[in-house]
Amino acid sequence: VATVAETRTAAQRMRRWEGLPYWLILPTAGYLAVFFAWPMVKSFELAFQDIAGNWSFAPVRAMYNDIDFSLALKFTLLLVAVIVPLQFALALVMALLVNTRLRGRGLILFVFILPLAVSDLAAGLVWQSIFTEQGYLNTVLQGLGIIDHPTIWIDPRHSNWLLGEVVLTEMWRSTSFIMIILVAGLQGIPKEFGEAAEVFGAGFFQRLRTVVLPMLKPALQVALLLRVIFAFEVFASVIAITGRSKTTLAGQALRWQGEYLDSHVAAAYALLILILSLVSAALVLRLVRTPRERMLR
Amino acid sequence: MTLRLPSMPRLGLYLLAFVLVLWVILPIYFITLGAFSTQDAVYSYPRELLPRHLSTSTLSFFLHSNGVVPALERSVYVAAITLAVALLVGTPAGYALSRFAFRGADMFRLSIVSTRAFPIVILAIPLSVTFIRWGIDDSVIGVAIAHTALALPFAVLTTSSVFAGISDELEEAAMTLGCSRFGAVRRVILPLALPGLAAAAIFVFIISWNDVFAASVLTLRHRTLPAQVLTAANEAPLPYRVAAGFFLMAPSLVVIFAIRNYLFTMWGRVMK
Repeated sequence: VATVAETRTAAQRMRRWEGLPYWLILPTAGYLAVFFAWPMVKSFELAFQDIAGNWSFAPVRAMYNDIDFSLALKFTLLLVAVIVPLQFALALVMALLVNTRLRGRGLILFVFILPLAVSDLAAGLVWQSIFTEQGYLNTVLQGLGIIDHPTIWIDPRHSNWLLGEVVLTEMWRSTSFIMIILVAGLQGIPKEFGEAAEVFGAGFFQRLRTVVLPMLKPALQVALLLRVIFAFEVFASVIAITGRSKTTLAGQALRWQGEYLDSHVAAAYALLILILSLVSAALVLRLVRTPRERMLR
Repeated sequence: MTLRLPSMPRLGLYLLAFVLVLWVILPIYFITLGAFSTQDAVYSYPRELLPRHLSTSTLSFFLHSNGVVPALERSVYVAAITLAVALLVGTPAGYALSRFAFRGADMFRLSIVSTRAFPIVILAIPLSVTFIRWGIDDSVIGVAIAHTALALPFAVLTTSSVFAGISDELEEAAMTLGCSRFGAVRRVILPLALPGLAAAAIFVFIISWNDVFAASVLTLRHRTLPAQVLTAANEAPLPYRVAAGFFLMAPSLVVIFAIRNYLFTMWGRVMK
């Protein structure tokens, strides 16, 4: 009799636990519903309503007619297109380097991840102090005898220089983020694979191309996905370095919200950023298919 | 997998590593050097490349600039509230994800992960409209609410991976020995999870500390430090910008140093 009673209480206890995970996730779900999902819905409303609250394309039209719209759109797309491939190459070199048997690679890895948590504003200010006319770049170049008087690197007339400066800043700041995913991915590749390829006489680059890169695809996919999404949000480093000479979509969203006090147009800009990041995320998923996905198709 | 590179000269690899280490370190060195030199040295050209005139006058000029100290205080408050709320709300969810196979768990995890696809830019603008209606625009609380929305998914995923690293046999053992589940978690699991949770907390702090966009949108006169610096950046004199760059960067470096051993456990799973 006692065992039956015990089983019953155990079963009752189990039943009581069934609800537990839902109670545990409830606060998170509630918070994100109110302060994440709801604002997302509201931002659609903002972007497609006029000030009186009627449905309208006025904010979208105002965005399109914004004098800086094409400048911001072009510069944002250009930044993403230039930064992402360059920094993936750099991150791959760094990750492979950390993964060799070099002495001191623990320390090297630590140095490589140092910028991981630096904000784009901080990075912008750091590199601004390098590129500025009385800055460190000119000091070093002049010290080496490469230039004989300080060059004005941050020059609104040289659009490509400004682009290059923002690209370098972003590469310095956010490459470690990709590298850390790639290092984790490399460590997941069984070393027998590379050894087998080596036994069959594959050289370094052949092994890289035929073994490492294909096995690294899932990590590459995740890194690319996140990086592309974040790349569309860049603005503070652009403001810190170029002042008002260059602007990005996120920069324009901030300007319309903060300076022109028009949340509707700001929301239209934000929506454009969302659409661009989702479209490029879909592109990434199509272009970098992982082996498992390919088998499924 | 370790790649062996018999064909590549080792010296070349060390040289490459050296160059890349310089690429990361030099900007940090330069801004630190600038921040700790006299204001005259910051204006001088050519710049000194070695620490000869160490001084705190540039930093103190920045800290005494208009509005910087109150902004710094607000930044710390916002980050502290964000940290507390995100961990309090997120840790139970992280625990649930790591311990229970409940219906909808995958769906929940997926929606948490997919929040990353939605930029802070799109979140902040409607929140600013709502906060005006609620009367918490331009306030520490408002910014903290936005930052918590930003950091909560991260807190859930990292705490879940921290708990996943601790065997659930431990709490089963404690429950067999008479603990309730809550007691088992409190007495056995939490002490073991503490370092990992601390690492997650530190990273949540820096997520809040680093945010410029939401803070700039949600505040006007009561700026957080990054928002204050962004407003002033282009007009401010060089010593201000140098010191601000250092001041905003330094905590992130300290944080990476503090949680360097947890980064891969946290990242490895968060990314999946």
